[in-house]
Amino acid sequence: MDYFDPHIHMVSRTTDDYETLAKMGCVGMSEPAFWAGFDRGSVDSFRDYFHQLTDFEPKRAAQYGIQHFTWLCINAKEAENVELSREVIAMIPEFLDRSNVLGIGEIGLNKNTKNESTIFLEHMELAIQYNQQILIHTPHLEDKYQGTRMILDMLTSDSRIDPTRVLVDHVEEHTAAEVLDRGFWAGMTLYPITKCTPQRAVDIIEMCGGERLLVNSAGDWGPSKPTAVPDLILEMRRREHSEELIRKVVYDNPIEFFSQSENFNFRPRD
Amino acid sequence: MSIPMNSEQVLDREYLEIRGKILEVAASLDRLDRADGDVTQDPRMALMHQGLQITLQSNDAHSDSRAKQIQLLFSREYADSWRQEFEL
Repeated sequence: MDYFDPHIHMVSRTTDDYETLAKMGCVGMSEPAFWAGFDRGSVDSFRDYFHQLTDFEPKRAAQYGIQHFTWLCINAKEAENVELSREVIAMIPEFLDRSNVLGIGEIGLNKNTKNESTIFLEHMELAIQYNQQILIHTPHLEDKYQGTRMILDMLTSDSRIDPTRVLVDHVEEHTAAEVLDRGFWAGMTLYPITKCTPQRAVDIIEMCGGERLLVNSAGDWGPSKPTAVPDLILEMRRREHSEELIRKVVYDNPIEFFSQSENFNFRPRD
Repeated sequence: MSIPMNSEQVLDREYLEIRGKILEVAASLDRLDRADGDVTQDPRMALMHQGLQITLQSNDAHSDSRAKQIQLLFSREYADSWRQEFEL
């Protein structure tokens, strides 16, 4: 089955991973800007990173028939540095007209601090000013519930935000329903230990339904599995879910959400 | 949305997996007991015990799922006054 991984950090993966993903049916992916594992020292580091996301990675993906899209921001962890964050936010418009840029992301919270919240609001302003879609990172582990509620507070208190153009990622059992009930799209990340297993993700699909729900691997430089989406497909088949529902979650939904971006020029396979 | 498989089919499929997971938790707790030192007063131990108690509860139509209850047990509290506290 063709599928789309809506959240994967291919700058951290090898070209062999592109080949493996293509063999397993991946035809498209979107890569949000994220934390490199260390705090970067200047706005030029981000400029180089955005070049990599908008130029190098799409070419690397294309060698295997995969269409690569991306999102730009300074991530929540480095948002603690407000001065650097503002320099990056001011620079982002240089890249918004690149052909694979879908919007602003993954913005969000990490430890739910005042500085992170300040920069989240400034990213929101940027997205509104340039009519961009938003992809949101919600915090890990014990910070997730509180951080998700704070993020939803900020989004819903601004009438200029259209929830149908916002994807709130890394939802789990205690956050999925609230995100969906407020009209946003929700993403589940299949990540060992700290997020969702394929089995629990299918449980959430069964409890919440397949509308506005996406699933991703968030494959990155840490313990993660870039082929996690096919694991979910297999689990859904083992539970005897219909091919129509599986396809909706792993292919139709991401395409429907991303199609709201002017730069989403996805070409399905014949 | 219902689950296509009935409960007997789910149990048949998952019995050995669930058995294995229970065994892993039991072995982890045994390992803690065998190790030098005493962590019985560590707040994380109390959380784990509460989590295990939640798994033994029966779900009714009005309660959150066990998984959601356990997620909330291990979560920091949310206060809707946070924006005033941050002056945002």
